[in-house]
Amino acid sequence: MADERRPKQCSLVLPTESMKVMAESVGVGQLQEECCVALSEEVSYRIKEIAQDALKFMHHGKRRKLTTNDIDHALKLKNVEPLYGFQSQEFIPFRFASGGGRELHFYEEKEVDLSDIINTPLPRVPLDVSLKAHWLSIEGVQPAIPENPPPVSKEQQKVESTEPLKAVKPGQEEEGPVQGKGQGVTSAESKGKEKSISRLKPRSTHELSVEQQLYYKEITEACVGSCEAKRAEALQSIATDPGLYQMLPRFSTFISEGVRVNVVQNNLALLIYLMRMVKALMDNPTLYLEKYLHELIPAVVTCIVSKQLCLRPDMDNHWALRDFAARLMAQICKTFSTTNNNIQSRITKTFTKSLLDDKTQWTTRYGSIAGLAELGPDVSVIKTLILPRLSIEGARIKAVVEGPVISNIDKIGADHVQSLLLKHCASVIAKTRPLPDNVDQYRADYGYLGSMLCSHVVKARAQAALQAQQVNRTTLTITQPRPTLTLSQGVSTGSGPRTPNIIKVPSSLTLPVQTLVSTRPVTPAQPSPPATKYIVMSTSTAAATSPQVISLTSSRSSSPITSTAPSSTSTLQPLVKVEHTGQSVTTPGAGGSRTLQKYIVVSLPSAVSSEVKASSLSSPSTAVDSTVKADRTELPGASTHSSH
Amino acid sequence: MAAVQDAPVEADNEKEIKTETLNDAAGNHASAAGGVIPSPPVASTSSSGPAKAGGPGSEEQQTLMAVLQFLKKNNFVGAVDVLRREAGILEDSDESQGQELAASALGGAEAGDATCTLSRASSCTTSTPAVAAAPAKGARCAVVCVSAGGEDQPDVNVVLSAYSQQGDPALYQGYYSGLKKFVESVLDCHRAELSQLFYPLFVHMYLELVYNNHETEAKAFFEKFSGDQECYYQDDLRVLSGLTKKEHMKGNETLLDFRTSKFVLRISRDSYQLLKRHLQERQNNQIWNIIQEHLYIDIFDGMPRSKSQIDSMSGSLAGEAKREANKAKVFYGLLKEPEIDVPLDDEDEEGENEEGKPKKKKPKKDSMGSKSKKQDPNAPQQNRIPLPELKDSDKLDKIMYMKEATKRIRLGPESLPSICFYTFLNAYQGLTAVDFTDDSSLIAGGFADSTVRVWSVTPKKLRSVKSAADLNLIDKESDDVLERIMDEKSASESKILYGHSGPVYGVSFSPDRNYLLSCSEDGTVRLWSLQTFTCLVGYKGHNYPVWDTQFSPYGYYFISGGHDRVARLWATDHYQPLRMFAGHLADITCTQFHPNSNYVATGSADRTVRLWDILNGNCVRIFTGHKGPIHSLAFSPNGKYLASGATDGRVLLWDIGHGLMIGELKGHTDTVYSLKFSRDGEILASGSMDNTVRLWDSIKAFDDIETDDFTAATGHIHLPENSQELLLGTYMTKSTPVIHLHFTRRNLLLAAGAYNP
Repeated sequence: MADERRPKQCSLVLPTESMKVMAESVGVGQLQEECCVALSEEVSYRIKEIAQDALKFMHHGKRRKLTTNDIDHALKLKNVEPLYGFQSQEFIPFRFASGGGRELHFYEEKEVDLSDIINTPLPRVPLDVSLKAHWLSIEGVQPAIPENPPPVSKEQQKVESTEPLKAVKPGQEEEGPVQGKGQGVTSAESKGKEKSISRLKPRSTHELSVEQQLYYKEITEACVGSCEAKRAEALQSIATDPGLYQMLPRFSTFISEGVRVNVVQNNLALLIYLMRMVKALMDNPTLYLEKYLHELIPAVVTCIVSKQLCLRPDMDNHWALRDFAARLMAQICKTFSTTNNNIQSRITKTFTKSLLDDKTQWTTRYGSIAGLAELGPDVSVIKTLILPRLSIEGARIKAVVEGPVISNIDKIGADHVQSLLLKHCASVIAKTRPLPDNVDQYRADYGYLGSMLCSHVVKARAQAALQAQQVNRTTLTITQPRPTLTLSQGVSTGSGPRTPNIIKVPSSLTLPVQTLVSTRPVTPAQPSPPATKYIVMSTSTAAATSPQVISLTSSRSSSPITSTAPSSTSTLQPLVKVEHTGQSVTTPGAGGSRTLQKYIVVSLPSAVSSEVKASSLSSPSTAVDSTVKADRTELPGASTHSSH
Repeated sequence: MAAVQDAPVEADNEKEIKTETLNDAAGNHASAAGGVIPSPPVASTSSSGPAKAGGPGSEEQQTLMAVLQFLKKNNFVGAVDVLRREAGILEDSDESQGQELAASALGGAEAGDATCTLSRASSCTTSTPAVAAAPAKGARCAVVCVSAGGEDQPDVNVVLSAYSQQGDPALYQGYYSGLKKFVESVLDCHRAELSQLFYPLFVHMYLELVYNNHETEAKAFFEKFSGDQECYYQDDLRVLSGLTKKEHMKGNETLLDFRTSKFVLRISRDSYQLLKRHLQERQNNQIWNIIQEHLYIDIFDGMPRSKSQIDSMSGSLAGEAKREANKAKVFYGLLKEPEIDVPLDDEDEEGENEEGKPKKKKPKKDSMGSKSKKQDPNAPQQNRIPLPELKDSDKLDKIMYMKEATKRIRLGPESLPSICFYTFLNAYQGLTAVDFTDDSSLIAGGFADSTVRVWSVTPKKLRSVKSAADLNLIDKESDDVLERIMDEKSASESKILYGHSGPVYGVSFSPDRNYLLSCSEDGTVRLWSLQTFTCLVGYKGHNYPVWDTQFSPYGYYFISGGHDRVARLWATDHYQPLRMFAGHLADITCTQFHPNSNYVATGSADRTVRLWDILNGNCVRIFTGHKGPIHSLAFSPNGKYLASGATDGRVLLWDIGHGLMIGELKGHTDTVYSLKFSRDGEILASGSMDNTVRLWDSIKAFDDIETDDFTAATGHIHLPENSQELLLGTYMTKSTPVIHLHFTRRNLLLAAGAYNP
């Protein structure tokens, strides 16, 4: 059984070169070969012995991971002085180097500047041990609460849905999902086959316990009720609770029915709430949603392309709902599209069809474009499906805008479609179209929208150039294993009218407050509070979402970000390090002699929809001259780096 | 310090007992083996016949000499006389042998450090002879005795010199494969039994090669045959593989264990004869020598055992337990509950309606108790071990207990207990031990950062007693003086106890909730007061990490065990141990008191469980069968059964009275760190590193066996493969290893562990 492992056990001896290197490091120059052999055997044996002792400490410490402390204790057992300075929580980052016919593994010890350490604000105190009780089992049945693991793992749910013939154990009521719901639109032919077979399986019921029924009632009421706080809690519960598996079919039906009814009644608010429920369900990591897509997708698509979603199309912001639903759709495609179900291609077809149709309303047109634009994680969708239509759409918009006023509603619709097109196409064109940007040329190519498009493209290019410059400055890479970063920093108490802002990551999906970059300028009257710049990083793979700089500055801080070169001696040249998976950015702190400009670089994963509140640090004294080091504690918090 | 003064006398007694057992064993074997085998009457198999002790070069002889020498040196004249008489050694031969021995001891002075492990067992030199001689095994016992005095050179020299005789190293492979071929060719029914020989032979042959500096041959030998060994010897083989030089053998504890103790095999008479005939025909002296010197073959009459029977019992570091090791009588019954005057109960009860109720209950209880327990022949005498007298508060607690017991839920396969899980958050992998009080009001946690924390899980907060100055101001006559002495300002939900200087590996509450014990890597056991939340005593004795400690169910006594392989019994008011239980071949990893407080069980990394008699310090049971270090033990509430859990994820059930394994519960995939029987013994709960709590039907497990008419004489039982039927429930936690389990008095199961995200 362990025959392959055995020889290894036997022959595992440190190489003699290591002995030589170690001897050299303590000043013994010429070590004879026999000495090396003898030493390495002895050392290997002792190391093994110590490792075996250390394992004992690990077992008694009730851990699975051997720590440096265990080694220390094992050494102590042998009356050997422990190794000092190897206090590492996780792994010890050994590095490898070779050269001169030698290969070395070494532990990199950086020189530490004491002043850095002194000036660094103290890390957060680790939380104290606390005790929490919950029910692991009630009379033999494990309750489905967040403290317990999900009753049916996602894999198991999947197995059940794909292998319906698998015998269901009697008495295990969690098993056996609802069958017999029409597997309509989304299921491919293969599923259809399964359906016919699945009739053989005894229909298992999804009976909800009284508690679950109450929960369902509470949650659905809160989700569509009037109290926003309650709704937030309910959505949070849907997004995190591991025990919802049983109720999933009911939620699915609730949403699909809800959309059906409220579209007819043009109840915009309710539609938004329902879409948020879909989002929450999708966020729940313990749910296997595939089986319910046939109900969810039509509901979401309805919210994207429906002719009318609200009572007063001229007043209400149903556009935001369409945007949100479009993003949701894109997320569904990204998560669930497989070669079997072809969700993505079928959805694309649906959108394209309504886009090509001349008779489609402006609202539907907007929805289709938005849906398509969000779908394409790369430029191809926009390039192949939307760009060729630009001139036609342009003509149509022109007809509405410049022609005789038919209805206000149409005009608004045309406006929205126009800005949507400009927004999405400009970035694509900026990437694909060669320079120069000639207005006439654009007009020739894209018709009515050409001139506006041209100016947008120019802007986009400028921005891209700016970012490229920043990106190229990469000097240091800090890899942070955790991809999820959210960040909040205390709102400043400073006197200056600094505006705490909420920044949305471009690909985030929160409704209804979709926004914003407040453009209110900082009053330039006082020079002291420096303007704040935000750089929002997204970890989305799309190239389009590379760093985007949002300037909140007034005219006072007219110096563009690229103005670097701190001529004054007083300022350090702090580097802003950005924690970013696989990529890092360094922004040079631009500094005049006194008016320091502040950058807050925020790195956010695309999936996290979060509100980032950032504001300048309250006391300049701490902020100046310091590079805020990445918080290396275990807190899944964020990493901000701010500097002057 | 009574122990010290008594030492010489007790030592005397010890010797007598021991030599008697030696005689017995030898006698048995002489009669058992002598009939069949004409050749030298098997100093080989038997531990040592005093009659043959004069045989030249015999190890037993030397050890006896060593013992004599030691006794002389310490002026235990009586003991010397007795021993000499018993062993039939003449004074002059003894003298000359002794000198010889001493000479060789000097020669092997360098071997001295190899004994560190053994001498460690006896750092407390003066009091040791009284109790250290506990193990009932012959040679081994003498070894411990000798080493106990700190005079260990002769012994180790004996140990290592046993390897000095050597054959041609090149032939070793031939010998081994020859035996292998033979075993493969014998009838199926004998093959399994004879296969047991492979592992000990393999190890000893390898060690011989290494000892005689045949490094390359040793390596080749290891590589060729290590793959044949049973998988449960993996860990030992790994240690062995690292050892390639003679110098390594010094100080390696595992090896020393292998050397100092005879590997015990149980083989039926027929199989043994086959083996013997084969070896004699082939003139295979090398193997024969090893069998004679390092193996103890326990021959029984009857059917050879099957592979599964052997597998279930083997796995320990030193083979199976000898049959006679488990023959001693164990009083596993429970002590009679002390009678508690009902009036006290009535005063406590306020309502008059209630008054009738406990009265009715009480007589019933008592009558039941007196009926069953007085007649229980298996219960020890009430005063076999002096127990502390009950205080008033203890009586109150007993009454509370009885009241709660009436509200207890009957558990069974149909009515499973509810489980309340206490999760330690933000412990950062630092939680190492947990304990609940019997009434489930307090939780203690031991942490890797050397702290002990105590939480109150009831609304009643933890308060400490006021300072001495404040206490003076209190009116001592007032009725609520007990309430007044508490310092309200100190009330909090948890308290931290600082004092240890290393990770805390075990905690245990006293039954009266006034004290807490903790043991730590720093080698001390500390007693904390839960009135003042300060440390009262630090018990020093183990100079190495102490892995576990446990209060007696009646308080006052406690047991501790650790890396030094010795379990110590202490009383809270003595700073030196009352008993030392030596015999385990590796770290003692867990300790547990028998419900009647007359015995303690210890689990060890040598993969055995031993049961020790507190009265005389003897080892009365050795349970083998685990394949990994044992990390949890639990006695059934009726005291008849013992459950043990190990790193291999299996839980084994033992019948204490018969000294038999009676069940194997498979299901866990990682170390079982916690075991507990429900209050009435119907359910066994096990908690493991694999993040599950599992519930087992213990009634069924015990019943299934009892209906079988197994022959207690041989101890060879077929274990039913019924783990799946016995498993009543599996409850996953969210990445939280289950470190401790506890049944409340009403049979609610409490579990605890630290969340490791």
